[in-house]
Amino acid sequence: MSETCDVLVIGAGPAGTEAALSAAGCGLRVVLADEAPSAGGQVYRAPPDTFSGLPATPESRIGDALRRRLAESTVDTHFGHIVWSVSPDLRVDALAKEGPVSWSARKIIVATGAQERVVPFPGWTLPGIIGLAGATILLKSQRMLPGRSTLVAGQGPLLLAVAAGILKAGGTVAGVVDLSSRSEWLAQSPAFLTRPDLAARGAGWLARLHGTRVPFFYRHAIRRAVKRDENEIEVTIGPVDRSGCSIAGKERIFTVDAVAVGNGLVASTDVTRLLRAEHTFDEARGGWIPRIDADFRTSIAGLYTVGDGTGIAGAAAAALNGRLAGLVAARDLGALTGEAYEEKSAPLRRSAKRALGFGGAMAGLMALRPGQIKSIAEDAVVCRCEDVTRRDIDLAFADGARSANQLKAWTRCGMGPCQGRICGDIASALLAQTTGEHPRSGMFTGRTPFRPLPLTQLLEPVDYSELNLPPPAPL
Amino acid sequence: MMSKNPSQIFDIAVVGAGAMGATAALHLARSGMRVALIDRGEICREASGVNAGTLTLHMTRAALIPYAMKGRELWLDAPNWLGMDVGARSAPGLSLAFTAAEREMLEKRAQARAAMGAPIRLITPAEALRIEPGLNPSLIAAAYCELDGHVTAYMTGRAYRKALVAANVTILENASVSEIEPDGGHYTILHEDGGRTTTKRLVLAGGVWLETMLAWLGLSVPIKCLINQLAVTERMRPVMQTVVGIANGLLSLKQFENGSVLIGGGWQGIGDPIRGGVETIPENLIGNVQLARHAIPALGDTRILRIWLGLESETADAMPIIGPLSGFDDAYVIGGVHSGYTSAPYMGRLLADRILGREPEMPLFDPARLIKNPEEIA
Ligand SMILES: Cc1cc2nc3c(=O)[nH]c(=O)nc-3n(C[C@H](O)[C@H](O)[C@H](O)COP(=O)(O)OP(=O)(O)OC[C@H]3O[C@@H](n4cnc5c(N)ncnc54)[C@H](O)[C@@H]3O)c2cc1C
Ligand SMILES: Cc1cc2nc3c(=O)[nH]c(=O)nc-3n(C[C@H](O)[C@H](O)[C@H](O)COP(=O)(O)OP(=O)(O)OC[C@H]3O[C@@H](n4cnc5c(N)ncnc54)[C@H](O)[C@@H]3O)c2cc1C
Repeated sequence: MSETCDVLVIGAGPAGTEAALSAAGCGLRVVLADEAPSAGGQVYRAPPDTFSGLPATPESRIGDALRRRLAESTVDTHFGHIVWSVSPDLRVDALAKEGPVSWSARKIIVATGAQERVVPFPGWTLPGIIGLAGATILLKSQRMLPGRSTLVAGQGPLLLAVAAGILKAGGTVAGVVDLSSRSEWLAQSPAFLTRPDLAARGAGWLARLHGTRVPFFYRHAIRRAVKRDENEIEVTIGPVDRSGCSIAGKERIFTVDAVAVGNGLVASTDVTRLLRAEHTFDEARGGWIPRIDADFRTSIAGLYTVGDGTGIAGAAAAALNGRLAGLVAARDLGALTGEAYEEKSAPLRRSAKRALGFGGAMAGLMALRPGQIKSIAEDAVVCRCEDVTRRDIDLAFADGARSANQLKAWTRCGMGPCQGRICGDIASALLAQTTGEHPRSGMFTGRTPFRPLPLTQLLEPVDYSELNLPPPAPL
Repeated sequence: MMSKNPSQIFDIAVVGAGAMGATAALHLARSGMRVALIDRGEICREASGVNAGTLTLHMTRAALIPYAMKGRELWLDAPNWLGMDVGARSAPGLSLAFTAAEREMLEKRAQARAAMGAPIRLITPAEALRIEPGLNPSLIAAAYCELDGHVTAYMTGRAYRKALVAANVTILENASVSEIEPDGGHYTILHEDGGRTTTKRLVLAGGVWLETMLAWLGLSVPIKCLINQLAVTERMRPVMQTVVGIANGLLSLKQFENGSVLIGGGWQGIGDPIRGGVETIPENLIGNVQLARHAIPALGDTRILRIWLGLESETADAMPIIGPLSGFDDAYVIGGVHSGYTSAPYMGRLLADRILGREPEMPLFDPARLIKNPEEIA
């Protein structure tokens, strides 16, 4: 099945959904595809249908409103559709339970968001250890606790959100281990005050955590984790310096049954990397990000990108910029006059700028620091799919690997089912730290499929005579 | 990385660090020459690091069978002469026919290759199923070759780089060449970043970029660029032990020790020598995978993890160009070999022998036959 549309939006988080709504609002034929079962993205993820009568939260209200507006719009939605290929002639291939689908579009807006990062330590792949972002999904959409007693560790605002979420859901937080110092948090407070609602929520979380006497360890990080018995994990934490590097000092050991650890987010750039759009390296905004102009255009004709996939800036900025991107596409397709565009976009641009200030402060607290990379232990697994350790990476460097792609070939780092989504930025940071030049080590080349493709779903059984075979090779 | 001492004059410079150039460089250095190996990227990151790694006689052009058999032996023996196991494993190879037309093609192709010394024989479907129980039982004929196998192509660069460093080859990576000037018994190689390398002798080993490289010397040799597509599955239970292809050469299928299955066969994607292999054509991917699943039905249980593309060169007569460039002192070319990974370690050695003044064990492939305007030679 192949269909055409004016605008195809990949990703139904706040950025993609708003982009689809605003483009459709200008009278365009819009297709919105997402692998998730409904719209909302990572932040406003809907709970499964089987859950009902749950108390509303600020996020569930925004998410429900978003889904309602989408349902009432003319946007042609396709959930449960994994986009696995995008071509420069703006053809998009997706895979659903029912089989493969493809669309061709006049413009594509990529809004695939971000994925979370964990800086590896020995033991981080043990069962019971999950990501902070993953923990928010458990808490928000499945209403589940990671464990009875959880150590919460890493960096950035999700630390507080997860710790407070666990308490609220009736769990125990054994401690909060934060790479940042108290003063680093305070330094961001002017930016936080641009969103008094969220700042107040953060303060509320903190008060709740302090009220229940959850111990806080600023300028600390996990050193290693070991499985003790069926359900117990022994976690060692220790102090770090400003750059995130382990330093001498008191180590503490926690015995818990779950660990939620996260070190920020990495922009998800599968599509723009595949199409070889220009990218730049920006540590503060999540690593390698596509270069875009003020109107979300990438260097590939007809391809726009918006939201956390263009650099981490948070849900508010994602939604506002998404609406703008939809308007830009409508103007570029002639569905909106220059004047009408100016009128509609001016207020959005102002709010987007403010949201960016807040999002930028959040992203800054989540950014990777050089000492974190330096402190990765030799025996820590970097690529969990293929079991590649830091030592393996150092040895490949010693043998002459200088680029991320050469490293991958020589060690299989990034060759497993996640195709480098989890280890990619850490692996290239390790190389870069040794060469001293981040941009040169580069990033893994983008390839299809963006997600593993089950053969049964991809192919309908055909008779041999129906196969369309090209001419044979010469004798 | 430019050469540290710009006044240094190399005995020989090899431009293009694929398996062809790297092998020649290694043997030249081991025979005592001061060698520079130059690439615009990193060693073996083009065809020689991304190919399907099939050590194949079924797919080798009939005339090249003796070379491919030697090359295959060398890959299997890599720990001894290269210093590292690159995952080369011997396995029998099967070529299948599912239609009467394919059976005819199979017979013709097998005969031509057997005549050149490949131990290929026709077997019955029942015999084929005994050798490879995972096959689709609807096959109507098969050709069997005991001497087949595979290499893990992505390890090639690591093995060669270690060996080349040990042999004192000066490896210049990320040192794209933009021009070469022959001047009075020397060649001056100009790099894109302004650096230069001076050498007494020259080897051009540029894969699909040979057309550009030969043009630096004023020679016009058209080189066709194939954009081959490969797909690999996630690790799965053992479903095959042989290397499986079909009569028309459009399938190459093998399972590695780690359980992943590589699906190839020269289906084309989109790309060019400037941008590289950039994109799959979804129909071709689906066609290639459908064919694979038809041959080994158990592949229906797995998932495709990754698809990539690489560039393979082909000359006008689909035969290699290996040998001295007439009209030039001490300038040589090597490349254009179909299924050339299999024979690369042998062909590189043959050229090194010729350069070192030793009689090569088998004949080279005179470039003069393909040079369009010999009168243009300076
Ligand atoms: C796991 C996780 C949890 C998070 N939790 C929180 C939180 O609790 N609070 C908070 O403030 N921020 C959270 N964030 C950050 C937050 O996600 C972003 O700031 C915000 O959602 C950005 O919106 P977006 O529209 O750019 O992307 P997202 O909301 O991430 O939406 C991207 C969408 O694209 C879809 N997609 C991606 N690739 C494909 C593909 N190949 N095919 C089909 N669909 C695809 C995804 O399914 C997703 O729905 C979280 C981030 C992550 C990664
Ligand atoms: C996808 C694919 C699958 C294949 N499968 C098989 C198989 O299963 N079995 C088999 O036997 N063969 C196979 N082949 C063929 C085989 O890979 C090639 O024949 C062989 O690797 C060619 O080696 P080469 O050294 O000539 O070229 P390459 O490995 O391409 O090396 C050429 C080098 O020249 C360099 N270069 C180019 N321009 C410049 C410049 N301006 N300055 C400096 N350096 C430059 C390039 O960077 C490159 O490293 C396959 C090929 C492909 C693409």
